[in-house]
Amino acid sequence: MKKLNEWIVGLAALVVIMMITWGIFAVGDNMRPGVTPFSQDVYALHNTVMGVVTVIGVLVFTAMFTSIILHRRSRHPNAAKFSHSTKAEIIWTAIPVLILVVIAVPATRVLIDMEDTGDAEMNIKITGYQWLWKYDYLEDDISFYSALDRDSNRARQIGSDLAPQDVDNYLLDVNNPLVVPVDTKIRVLLTADDVIHSWWVPDLGWKRDAIPGMVNEAWTIIEQEGTYRGQCAELCGKDHGFMPIVVEAVSKEDYAEWVATQQGQTTASMGSAAP
Amino acid sequence: MTDATAAQHDAHEHHPKGLARWLFTTNHKEIGTLYLIFSLVMFLVGGAMALVIRAELFAPGLHLVNPEFFNQMTTMHALVMIFGAVMPAFVGLANWMVPLMIGAPDMALPRMNNWSFWIMPFAFTLLLATLFMPSGAPASGWTLYPPLSLQGGNSLAFVILAIHLMGISSIMGAINIIATILNMRAPGMTLLRMPMFVWTWLITAFLLIAVMPVLAGAVTMLLTDRFFGTSFFNAAGGGDPVLYQHIFWFFGHPEVYIMILPAFGIVSEIIPTFSRKKLFGYTSMVYATASIAFLSFIVWAHHMFTVGMPLGAALFFMYATMVIAVPTGIKIFNWVSTMWRGSMTFETPMLFALGFVVLFTIGGLSGVMLAIVPADFQYHDTYFVVAHFHYVLVTGAVFAIMASVYYWLPKWTGHMYNETLGKIHFWWSTFWVNVLFFPQHYLGLAGMPRRIPDYAIQFTEFNVISSIGGFAFGIGQLLFVYIVWQCARGGQKATANVWEGARGLEWTVPSPAPLHTFDNPPNVDDPDLVAHTGGTR
Repeated sequence: MKKLNEWIVGLAALVVIMMITWGIFAVGDNMRPGVTPFSQDVYALHNTVMGVVTVIGVLVFTAMFTSIILHRRSRHPNAAKFSHSTKAEIIWTAIPVLILVVIAVPATRVLIDMEDTGDAEMNIKITGYQWLWKYDYLEDDISFYSALDRDSNRARQIGSDLAPQDVDNYLLDVNNPLVVPVDTKIRVLLTADDVIHSWWVPDLGWKRDAIPGMVNEAWTIIEQEGTYRGQCAELCGKDHGFMPIVVEAVSKEDYAEWVATQQGQTTASMGSAAP
Repeated sequence: MTDATAAQHDAHEHHPKGLARWLFTTNHKEIGTLYLIFSLVMFLVGGAMALVIRAELFAPGLHLVNPEFFNQMTTMHALVMIFGAVMPAFVGLANWMVPLMIGAPDMALPRMNNWSFWIMPFAFTLLLATLFMPSGAPASGWTLYPPLSLQGGNSLAFVILAIHLMGISSIMGAINIIATILNMRAPGMTLLRMPMFVWTWLITAFLLIAVMPVLAGAVTMLLTDRFFGTSFFNAAGGGDPVLYQHIFWFFGHPEVYIMILPAFGIVSEIIPTFSRKKLFGYTSMVYATASIAFLSFIVWAHHMFTVGMPLGAALFFMYATMVIAVPTGIKIFNWVSTMWRGSMTFETPMLFALGFVVLFTIGGLSGVMLAIVPADFQYHDTYFVVAHFHYVLVTGAVFAIMASVYYWLPKWTGHMYNETLGKIHFWWSTFWVNVLFFPQHYLGLAGMPRRIPDYAIQFTEFNVISSIGGFAFGIGQLLFVYIVWQCARGGQKATANVWEGARGLEWTVPSPAPLHTFDNPPNVDDPDLVAHTGGTR
């Protein structure tokens, strides 16, 4: 009878805690799946691990609240005497180990994938400055700086007459976006000129630090055309919050056209500057 | 013999009055009180800084402070809370309770004890003075990563000297605690009979001695890089900025456990008391604590997965970090088993301890998520991390400290605190702290980086919710100050045992505990005294 009582209360506690958990997930944002094979792997991994830890949490809290309900002094005046159980302790050491192994396998696979920067079709060097980014297209010989757009910059000042709400993509827009072709394996080389920055576009699925005096590498293949926005993710001084990143992924044809225009511009400006 | 010693002791009793009493005291209880009051003041100072941060983040656009000052606030908030609030609170609790719990008359090194406290006000004067200097307070985050930290003005020297002083204080405190625990236990108080709080502090003290010098080394290299032309961390001079991060986190990760292991100890005292049942799996608790301490030395690089490290290193640090979940899990399961089929009542200390178990577990579970390297490439340096470490530090460490204050306050003051107000304080804090920190998980997943003074429009709603939670939680802590003050002033007289289910030597002395206790070592062979621990098993 007592055991039955414990099961009923435990079940009720489980239902309540599951509903609360479901509510918590329903109101919030989740990670974005992104647009690269890696970002989708990360998204799946994130969901798996979050699912596993949520189930563990729900079970632990259910046991705890069942105990709080049933084993309060008013219902359970005489405390039991046990204080040890080797069997239970072995079980709750072994099961978490197994769960962790199950999580570690896909995590290892995705990580090994991420580290493989070979066979890149193009290389882009990204340099962090206080507080803007410089992009060098190593094959196409294009190079430019990318800084916060003017409207955002105006709206972010204290006492500005322009409200952030009136600016499109407030703090997430730049003057010169990074234009890249889709379905191309791009190797990214990261460094910085002054302090440590970190280049992060959530839709690509990773961030990587840009460190002065060092070159880091990463890679990506963007599978969908579109505009993807991110920010510097490593505190780099007063305008750390104001050096966004915009990646425009375009078709290979459009990219070739863009390269031609850029190279034309560069030649033109050099030509005009020379005399 | 004993009478003669007691008489001699009384002859030595001379109490300076006023300030001198506190300045020259070598009594562990008075020094404990000083630490706790200092910690409470710093908690309010650091909290005020957090409210500046939350106020600025209440709406997109910059409204109250400029980005430079915002960065000073995030940096100082962390330094003050870690080194000024949480660590001194635990040292204060150790000072008060360790001698009482092991039946020692005082700490082993009373004069050093005085010194290790009185260094702290000087350290924090140096640190807080930087706010009023022309170059401002440090603004590079509490981690002081170079090269950014080296860009600051001369105030960096004050910060580094302050950190040195805090380190000296912590190391002296730790030596004192180890010396006390290893040498001054009452006869019969074997190591495996010690209360869990004493065990966790013994292990914490070793962590402190191991890593505070590492921090001192790291910041000294910053000092010489900034002022004496060395280039330890300057790539242009042959140095390496990432080297600093390795050294810093070799200190930083054990530091995290320095701030949580004593909390585990506190909760392991409180749950058995109010469950009226022995702590489940005492021995495995001790071993779990020791394993967590050991593992804390080999996981530091999980704070820096994005700096770019070899695949093998990333895998090693991922696996090592995941392993920590096992001993931590054991602890949580043991607490729940302690409650299971007990006979529980829910006074304020128990409420805070239960709040700790639930909310610390949430922080621990998000920690498992953060260990997964590929996913960490997304989580790193976002508000998800901010949410994670505030769950383990605020609803973990700070909740445990509050639980311990309610638990032992009657022993310290001789009065019961106001139970109704205590319960209101618990429910208020627990509700609002979740409003404050839970939405930050969503902000991080949605892509909001940490340490930014202004944000894109899509992050507005959850920032508003978080700020409301922050202000309500902050205001609620004034109630805590009031409850403590009221209890110190008077109230219902507390009995020696205070709590019906309480066991242990500290409950055999009268409430308030007299200035000198255990002049003659107590008899620990009474099984009831060590009933919470392994004593009778």
